[in-house]
Amino acid sequence: MTVALNPRTRGPRRALLSFVAIILALGALVIGARTWGTGQLTPKLGLDLEGGTEMVLEPVLSDSSVTVNQGQLDQARDIIQQRVNANGVAEATVTTQGGRNIVVSIPGQPTAEQLQAIRKPSQLRFRAVLEAAAGRLTPTSTPTATGTATGTSSGTPSVTTTTPAPAFTPAPGNTLTGSPALVPPALRADTTTPAPTATASSTSTGSGTATPTATPTSASDLAWVTPALQAEYTAVDCTKFQTSELVDDPAKPLITCSDDLNEKYLLGPVEVDGTDISSAVAGYRQQNGQTTNIVVVNLNFTSDGAKKFGAVTTRLYGLQGNLNRFAIVLDRKVISAPTTNAAILTGQAEISGNFTIESARSLAKQLQFGALPMSFSLQTENDISPTLGSEQLKLGLLAGLIGLLLVVGYSLVQYRLLGLVTVVSLVAAALLTYLTLTWLGWAANFRLTLAGVTGVIVSIGVTADSFIVYFERIRDEVREGRTLAAAVEAGWARARRTIIAADLVNLLAAVVLYILAASNVRGFAFTLGVTTLIDLLIVFLFTHPIMGILAHTTFFGGGHPWSGLSPDRLGAKTTRYVGAGRFVDAGAKA
Amino acid sequence: MNIAQFGNDLYTGKRSIDFIGRQKTWYSISALLLALATLGIVWHGLNFGIEFEGGSEYRISNAVTTDYEAKAKAAVSGAGIDGLVESSVVGDSVRVQTVAAGEKNEGVKTALAKAFGVDVTKVSASLIGPSWGASVSAKALQGLIAFLVLVGLFMAVYFRTWKMAVAGLVALAHDMVITVGIYALADFEITPASMIGFLTILGYSLYDTVVVFDKVRENTADAFGSRRMSYAAAANLAVNQTLVRSINTTVVALLPILAILVVGISKIGPGTLVDLSLALFVGIAVGAYSSIFVATPLLVWLRRNEPAVADLAKHARRVEATAAKTAAAAPAEAPVDQLLPNDELRSVAGVGPVGRPLHKYASTGPRNQPKRPPRSRR
Repeated sequence: MTVALNPRTRGPRRALLSFVAIILALGALVIGARTWGTGQLTPKLGLDLEGGTEMVLEPVLSDSSVTVNQGQLDQARDIIQQRVNANGVAEATVTTQGGRNIVVSIPGQPTAEQLQAIRKPSQLRFRAVLEAAAGRLTPTSTPTATGTATGTSSGTPSVTTTTPAPAFTPAPGNTLTGSPALVPPALRADTTTPAPTATASSTSTGSGTATPTATPTSASDLAWVTPALQAEYTAVDCTKFQTSELVDDPAKPLITCSDDLNEKYLLGPVEVDGTDISSAVAGYRQQNGQTTNIVVVNLNFTSDGAKKFGAVTTRLYGLQGNLNRFAIVLDRKVISAPTTNAAILTGQAEISGNFTIESARSLAKQLQFGALPMSFSLQTENDISPTLGSEQLKLGLLAGLIGLLLVVGYSLVQYRLLGLVTVVSLVAAALLTYLTLTWLGWAANFRLTLAGVTGVIVSIGVTADSFIVYFERIRDEVREGRTLAAAVEAGWARARRTIIAADLVNLLAAVVLYILAASNVRGFAFTLGVTTLIDLLIVFLFTHPIMGILAHTTFFGGGHPWSGLSPDRLGAKTTRYVGAGRFVDAGAKA
Repeated sequence: MNIAQFGNDLYTGKRSIDFIGRQKTWYSISALLLALATLGIVWHGLNFGIEFEGGSEYRISNAVTTDYEAKAKAAVSGAGIDGLVESSVVGDSVRVQTVAAGEKNEGVKTALAKAFGVDVTKVSASLIGPSWGASVSAKALQGLIAFLVLVGLFMAVYFRTWKMAVAGLVALAHDMVITVGIYALADFEITPASMIGFLTILGYSLYDTVVVFDKVRENTADAFGSRRMSYAAAANLAVNQTLVRSINTTVVALLPILAILVVGISKIGPGTLVDLSLALFVGIAVGAYSSIFVATPLLVWLRRNEPAVADLAKHARRVEATAAKTAAAAPAEAPVDQLLPNDELRSVAGVGPVGRPLHKYASTGPRNQPKRPPRSRR
């Protein structure tokens, strides 16, 4: 490296070193992720390259005049995510997109039933608890029909479960201010089984006293529990509870589980709907104007809802044990089943328990969401066979290779050996892109799709463009009569501005596209944006330093005819000032 | 290389294409193209893909493609789907489009797999709801507006004159209309992917325009400094000087896209890849044209009545007249080229030297420092 010893190339060499350092750091990250994490050495592939199914769903509110806002969209995504998990679909990802859609990507080929289950409408409903028990069957004995949950004197069940959920154990004996409380064991449920086996349904009002009769007189009437239903309920083991094809009939009882699978329930018919909720907010309880550190969820009902809720709580307040509890069922899963501490007629309830502020917020969000029941309209469903996927990947790579070769060929013809700088820079850019995408695959779960591959290929052109802008600038300066070393610096100062401006415009386009684009073309915008940034990095830390070093070689600096920067060929000014008051005439020199 | 020589001549002004002066010609060409495009869009209409109406598309890999149309029809109707069935062959895979299959999706897949003698895992299906296209278009429109506003602001700030932003945006609109017109006339299918392609064109078209405008700004700043060249002449020189660069960047941008197009059309068939790259290909080509022939002349036209610009033009004319007089007065002097090698002092049209004659050394070199011969030679 005799060149490297030239003190005038110290700056460029430093820049090159930092570039190498970046490459090495990224490489180390990727290899580290592979060795100690779940990373891999190739970018993660999208479904259209790997095979799989992608659904784009749009949440639709039952009231079509209201559009879905971001918070509701996030909530909807969580719901879909839960369903996906509940359906045992491995490695599926659920993301929101463009402030409007939810994209579900499922590797492999899920069944039509699984897909159906994922996009059914969501419902939040309130049902009175008829029976509750530990969600797991003890293998030695079948649990009794009344369940193992025992009501305490305060009406709060202590749920005996195999996996206790200490965070959600209820805080018994709440003292209340203005609004009475529903005190929950706050169990969240994940999977469901409704049991459409109930007998004749009677609409229920008033406060029943739970005297078993042939026809249920209220929603809490144990007459709902027919022997068949009882048998079904007894047999339920929440750990084996994988359902999706169930009918959720509001007029009939429902058997379901909580999401931590710790408790199973037999619930009465629906008495209050999610649409009866006007708001739900998590916060700290206000007592005598003071903020306490007790985390609660405040629930407000509409005037209609307040009436219904008041009727139910009046009835439940008089009941004991599990019958005192009022379950909140989201999507056929019990998210909370608080006990009733008072008859709440004002339409303002408070759910307290052993909440953390996060768990309270999560519950409040779910309740809030319940006020706006959503269904999901299927926008697109793409189901790519693995054969087609690998074929597309192969062809995409082929197209990229051809494109690269064409660009390399063109720049060699146009810029002679200077074109080699383009080639090396493009290779460096490719390496950096590969490492970045691989790393993003691990760190941000980025998946390279066919559209993404297109973005990368298109970016070959953008990257090469910035070299051309730079080279042409240098040529301009050489034509002005500068020596190559001076031309490289002067050209850089001007080209830099142009390159930054042009790349910024590109980046802007990519960001706008990324934010707004729908579905699969998002990958295109993403890779386009990433490669634009990489282009900037390459030009600054690689191409420019290389030029700085090459300008001091005899081949380029001396203006060899094949260097692509020969002053003669560029028709440079015939007379050059070479310092110390001397001038050189190109003709005389030749 | 010839193109390098061409570039040299364009740079020095030895050869010059009068982009600004003949703007009426370019405008008429553009107007004609725009009229054709509009006509195409209005009369011929756009060919929207199934994404906009909703439907199902199946793709059978490694299929035996003989007699594919009859097979596809039979299989689809056998699975209980009525209506139009379109099928085509790309490479060794068959593409079948039907009305939205909905619940019968699995049945169609199985039937097609059976008909073409492949395993069901080799059949890909995509189902598109009827509102998908509309929602994508709405998004695209939003994106378009957001992008235009942002870029307009960016350019106005970067170039410090809103007229450059306006000229750039007009060129952009020009590109969009012509691209969409080409789509209409050539009957290319418009899909959500090609809409995204259209949006990306915006970025590219502006990329080119930014490169040209950057040079225009630089040259015109020089012109305002030296007051020897009118704004139009300086802008024209800028376009000439960046012409080779524009050609090169456009070719280089188009080459990889061409590769995708060729591979995509011959092997993969219609889909995201082809739609995106086709839109990009057409758009980048049109964008290169507009940044040279539309954006810059328009910019000059927009600024022509600014006092500073008009003043500069007047001054430059006077300087030119003086120079012509001087040249006429001393015709026996050395040839103009040797006397005044500084090409930047020459007017673009190649009329001849302007300003007062300088010693030849005075006007060369990186900076015009030594106005006197070196001490040793004095």
